[in-house]
Amino acid sequence: MKSVMPLVEVTELVRRFGDVLAVDHVSFAIEAGEVFALLGPNGAGKTTTIRMLVTLLRPTSGRVLIAGVDALRYPDRVRRLLGYVPQTLSADGSLTGYENLLMVAKLLRIPRRDRERAIAEVLDLARLNEAADRLVRTYSGGMVRRLEIAQAILHRPMLLVLDEPTIGLDPTARRAVWEALQELRRREGTTLLVTTHYMEEAELHCERVGIMNRGRLVALGTPGELKASIEGARSLDDVFTALTGDTLESGGSFSEVRQLRRRLRRFG
Amino acid sequence: MRSDSFVGVSDVSVDLATRLTEALRPRSLGEQAVNFILASLVVAEVEARRIRHDPWEVLTRAIQPLLWLTVFGQAVARARLFAGQDDYLSFMAPGILAQSVMFTSIFYGLAIIWERDAGVLQKILVLPVPRASFVAGKGLGAGLRALIQGAVIVLVAVAMGIHLEVRPVSLLTCTVAILLGAGVFATLSMLLATLLKTRERFMGVGQVLTMPLFFASNAIYPLDIMPTWLRILAHMNPLSYLVELLRGALVQGNPLGVLRDWLVLLVWLGVLQVVVSRRYDRVLL
Repeated sequence: MKSVMPLVEVTELVRRFGDVLAVDHVSFAIEAGEVFALLGPNGAGKTTTIRMLVTLLRPTSGRVLIAGVDALRYPDRVRRLLGYVPQTLSADGSLTGYENLLMVAKLLRIPRRDRERAIAEVLDLARLNEAADRLVRTYSGGMVRRLEIAQAILHRPMLLVLDEPTIGLDPTARRAVWEALQELRRREGTTLLVTTHYMEEAELHCERVGIMNRGRLVALGTPGELKASIEGARSLDDVFTALTGDTLESGGSFSEVRQLRRRLRRFG
Repeated sequence: MRSDSFVGVSDVSVDLATRLTEALRPRSLGEQAVNFILASLVVAEVEARRIRHDPWEVLTRAIQPLLWLTVFGQAVARARLFAGQDDYLSFMAPGILAQSVMFTSIFYGLAIIWERDAGVLQKILVLPVPRASFVAGKGLGAGLRALIQGAVIVLVAVAMGIHLEVRPVSLLTCTVAILLGAGVFATLSMLLATLLKTRERFMGVGQVLTMPLFFASNAIYPLDIMPTWLRILAHMNPLSYLVELLRGALVQGNPLGVLRDWLVLLVWLGVLQVVVSRRYDRVLL
């Protein structure tokens, strides 16, 4: 399949919100099995791009193909191919971890005979076996995140899309999230698309990186290629600053900052 | 770390191909219908599990309708508001039961606004599940809550010595009527949520709406004491039909209800279900 077509193909994607051009003619492709990161300052259009990819938002123009399927025309089929972990903590705190998984497994209509095994597998991958019967509202931020990843991969999607999966987590919890993701790749060959603020994570875990700024994709390549393209850049951090430095001062609208703070509070 | 994370592509790709074929297979109409029903039941099951983990919220919400029955009811029972008012508490009890169904359900749309704010909605909308299932399932979930509160109210009313016919047939009719009525009001509430989108606006409009829904109905007085314009409103109000079904079953010895009442509620539910299913995504900002 790899030789036939990329798993994700985004062509000239545009999204306007009123006068604001949130995503400005963005094109990129992701090969099956790749780990691809979208980087960019707050308000660069990463989340908007991702929401169009996962069928939550209609593009103003442009095209998204997932495994060759048009996400605009066949959202239901595309939804069977992908898993999505949104930025905000989305697990149900009033249920146990096991129940959170059971409900999604039933919604996905995983047959009864396979259900327990599928749940056990993702619990194991997320290292939540022991906490499975506790109410999720007693979980730490890192545990909730791993539970959400477990929920998103129950139907064994080919593509897992994660929006800021490690935001607000301490370094140990961040490492645990990435270990779960790497384990998922080993077991299933799942393609990963992540957005992140943490340059060292992108450099360490991602094979290719796209950098967005003011709605445009301003750079695309392996971390090595990107570093080579900017004179004197020793890390991805340097590349990022060189390409997006002009917006750092104004980065992050009021509502985004408020959302981020709220999220951080919820993580505790 | 990177080198050992590459997978053995050969056996995985065979597996990927079968998974891809299965995911892209078009679903037949029958399959879609089964999907819709089963997914709706799961959405309702989520609600049932929430109630089981924390039953107190549902139970404490039964207190307010009971206050209507005891404080308001006892006073008005002596006031002789309308002709033929002999046993006012029996007349009023089904009305209060219906009111509690409406009050529980009419703020249900707040749940999807809350789920949007918390990020739950973004996640479940990406699942390959029909939107209509979320609407129907939440309606059924509201029905479950309403049923538990209804049971408390009927038990207390009977314990207070209010004369109600609590035979199996009338109770069964009440159960179905409450599920249907809760579905109507919960779906109406979800419609408001898709229009208003923020909890501040929703709370404002919700408060304004409950008052006329309650008083422009036959819940605590008969329609014939109303001026014509109000009576017309009450005839459009789904609450009136729910009250009539409950009152028929519990007081007036008409355990199966009037066909017209069932039809009106079913049409309300059907229309709202279709409209809200198509608008459900719009709660997202």
